[in-house]
Amino acid sequence: MTGQGDFELVGQGLACARGGRLVLDGVSFAARAGAPLVITGPNGVGKSTLLRVIAGFLDLAGGRLLFKAPSVQEEAPPAAKHIHYVGHLDGVKSALCVRDHLIFWARYMGAEPCSVDAALDAFGLTRLAALPGAVLSAGQKRRVALARLLLQERPLWLLDEPAVSLDKAARAILRRVITNHCANGGVVLVTSHESLEIPNAVDLTLSPPPQRPAT
Amino acid sequence: MDEQDSQRHMSVTQWDMQSPASSWRAFLALVRRDLRLATAQGAGGLQVVVFFAVVVTLIPFGLGPDLPLLQAIAPGLLWVALILASLLTFDRLFQADFEDGSLDGLVCGPLSLEGIVLAKACAHWLTNAAPLIAATPVLALLLNMDMGVLGFLILTFLVGTPGLTLIGALGAGLSVGVRRAGILIALLVMPLYVPVLIFAIGAIEQARRTLDAGGGLDLLEPNALFLTAASLVAGLVGVIAAAAGLRLHISG
Repeated sequence: MTGQGDFELVGQGLACARGGRLVLDGVSFAARAGAPLVITGPNGVGKSTLLRVIAGFLDLAGGRLLFKAPSVQEEAPPAAKHIHYVGHLDGVKSALCVRDHLIFWARYMGAEPCSVDAALDAFGLTRLAALPGAVLSAGQKRRVALARLLLQERPLWLLDEPAVSLDKAARAILRRVITNHCANGGVVLVTSHESLEIPNAVDLTLSPPPQRPAT
Repeated sequence: MDEQDSQRHMSVTQWDMQSPASSWRAFLALVRRDLRLATAQGAGGLQVVVFFAVVVTLIPFGLGPDLPLLQAIAPGLLWVALILASLLTFDRLFQADFEDGSLDGLVCGPLSLEGIVLAKACAHWLTNAAPLIAATPVLALLLNMDMGVLGFLILTFLVGTPGLTLIGALGAGLSVGVRRAGILIALLVMPLYVPVLIFAIGAIEQARRTLDAGGGLDLLEPNALFLTAASLVAGLVGVIAAAAGLRLHISG
């Protein structure tokens, strides 16, 4: 992934309303390649909402979201093809085995088939590859969900509580994978309640917006 | 420096690559996955076929062994039984992917939501509607149906069921966040089935009359054309409305 160095995601005064209530109001940040943005804050403050806004699942009620890509003049919100979004749900089908699950996502995203073995290996899933999703533990499912990140290079990673139910070894893998992506010039936004000890991480602490009705 | 710049450009065009071929591959991948899930998760399609068969076999018990009567009502009966059976199948169409978070990942892929709806509807048709159509000749025997009329009935099934499936997808897409959405989907969907049903029965009646008069089948007679049109319109509305429903729930 040489030459991704200029990727940058900038949010300016982002606002988002859910259920007639402003969950986000005036959130600004700049996530640069090489420095993962760790979003923290109390429950319900809008960490997941912020990631879903950036992923394009939710509409902005105000503010601007700009994704700068190298050799692209115009700045626009990030497109789906730039984004790997791993939410707090794992999306692991109980009837599919781990390998078939990743093969499906590789095919679906148009990735190389050989990326599946590399992703299995990176997350220590090779031994589990033939097991159906139904028998996996919560941490193993989490690893399967995260392995999707490595199937295809996409510059912008949005990870919602990726470390939940991961053991120490899996957290180290996650840290390494995130660090690698950043070193290659990728942009990472991650929400977390506990410190992931990612080097060069930049903190973004969200605080509840002042209560005013959504417009 | 120039070389580095051209390298950068290449790596970006790789992400910007969104050819029709990649959409098509994603479409096929999704259809294949849904077919595998349907076959792996037990005999869902088979259960629907059994329900279809039970409804059809109950009718002679209710009406008595009046063969001319059964023969006369057989096409309408089979159509209504097929509709009832297919109504049972839509509640999980998008629910599983919505609840386990797969839908978020699918949306970040090369397919639009409309494409996702179409792919899932294709897999749904193959695993639910196709077995029902395959079972129809056996059930037609029970109803003393004329073979020529049976052939035309199956033709109307083949033309009409894609429209029915996409209308069902509409109901499933609009109610994806709702628990126990089965009855809600049935209520949403059944009125929209009416045009397809009316033209299908009209076309079969017309075919029966021409067959009785010794004529050949006319596939371009107005009822058959209206059935095709109704199925196409239903399909188009179904895809767009289902995608809109899913979009609403993803952003909810």
